[in-house]
Amino acid sequence: MIRKTFEHEIQQVKDEVLLLGSMVEHAIVGSVDALKKRDIKASEKIIAEDREVNKKRFAIENQLMILIATQQPMAHDLRLLASTMEIISELERMGDYAKGIANINVRMGGEKLLKPLIDIPRMAEKGRDMLHRALTAFVNEDVEAAKEIPIEDDEVDALYNQIYHELMLIIIQDPKSIERANWLLWVAHNLERVADRVTNICERTVFIATGEFSEIKNSDDEFWKK
Amino acid sequence: MLMENTYAIETKDLSIHYGGFTAVNEVNIKVERRKITAVIGPSGCGKSTLLRAFNRMNDFVPGCHVSGELLMQGQNLYSRNVDPVEVRRRIGMVFQKPNPFPKSIYENIAWGARINGFKGNMNELVEQSLQSAALWDEVKDKLQESAYALSGGQQQRLCIARTIAIQPEIILMDEPASALDPISTLRIEELMQELKKNYTILIVTHNMQQAARASDFTAMMMIDENRSGGVIEFDETKKIFTRPMDKRTEDYVTGRFG
Repeated sequence: MIRKTFEHEIQQVKDEVLLLGSMVEHAIVGSVDALKKRDIKASEKIIAEDREVNKKRFAIENQLMILIATQQPMAHDLRLLASTMEIISELERMGDYAKGIANINVRMGGEKLLKPLIDIPRMAEKGRDMLHRALTAFVNEDVEAAKEIPIEDDEVDALYNQIYHELMLIIIQDPKSIERANWLLWVAHNLERVADRVTNICERTVFIATGEFSEIKNSDDEFWKK
Repeated sequence: MLMENTYAIETKDLSIHYGGFTAVNEVNIKVERRKITAVIGPSGCGKSTLLRAFNRMNDFVPGCHVSGELLMQGQNLYSRNVDPVEVRRRIGMVFQKPNPFPKSIYENIAWGARINGFKGNMNELVEQSLQSAALWDEVKDKLQESAYALSGGQQQRLCIARTIAIQPEIILMDEPASALDPISTLRIEELMQELKKNYTILIVTHNMQQAARASDFTAMMMIDENRSGGVIEFDETKKIFTRPMDKRTEDYVTGRFG
């Protein structure tokens, strides 16, 4: 192998992306768990940790720029480095969604949850699982998996719709619940967006491996169709 | 009036042999008019041999013969009735190392034009050619000085000016910047962008970044199991460097082998 150093550095970047991914996975599930338990301290910790997520993203971005400047990547290498730039930005935004959920818990203060959380933790767990597998597909350049994972976004959308209708019903019955319902709707919406961004990561993976840009699934439209 | 064709020159099963050895095997490419086409590939794959075949420079190599066709406006430049001197007038060449004549800057340009029977205003031609080669401002006050007094980058632009002076249709460049420093290299590349408004350029380069930056089309060459070179992929440059179709091109442009 002629470009041993370069290969090694690419591997290092991939490892860092996985690390960033695991920080985000932790934040997604953790933010919902803290909300479920109304644990404000835990939410504050997640908000603080989001700064680490952002730092890590910039560190990887810097690493990528140095590689582009010094190694002049072409073809597959170029697609990989350029797409990784995109993927870390998706991860950072997913981290922001988790932070948003943590913020809601903090802002709710002493208010009780409108209802026990069942579907929302399911959405979080589903999103986390999809993200985890999407990043595995990314490092292995597994096109088949990258094309399969976005299909599961339907399950997340279905959960979101269910939560949405449930909350609307509660609001109609008791207009005083509007604010608390709105908080939960916001949480569900953030989780729905997490799954959408998993789709973006999968599309990049397909592009890295094949050079083909294709939209696997336009999940933004699903909700409005119904 | 010659018919306008989008291709300046085209090869049909063009092969170049040295005695019994086939150095370049059955090349089929169409070179677009007023575009820059780069030829890349590892050392010894026949890039320069192919380039030299475009203006019959290989005629000087003993034992070298060409089969197939090299078509310019439908005419095979290897036909018996074609004068190779006329071919070289229509298809000029710039070499790796600048090779000005041991004459003044002025004479370097005037000489070729004169022996080609140029009857117009020589001062004008010299100025225009130097302008086109982006050298005029640097040499206009010392036209009678020896060309050897110029820097390497200036000498190379002088050679380009000399080529332009006889108004060719195609300019062949064999690693024109490999002996130059980075700034002179960028100047040559900028100059190529200007020149392509009027000329078709074919360039052989080892510098992948140069091919990627400066050319519109890229021909990737590689030797086969008989050690004969051939074009394995020919496409738009942006495609060759972002998503080549052939695994060997991918390996070469990403620096995995070569």
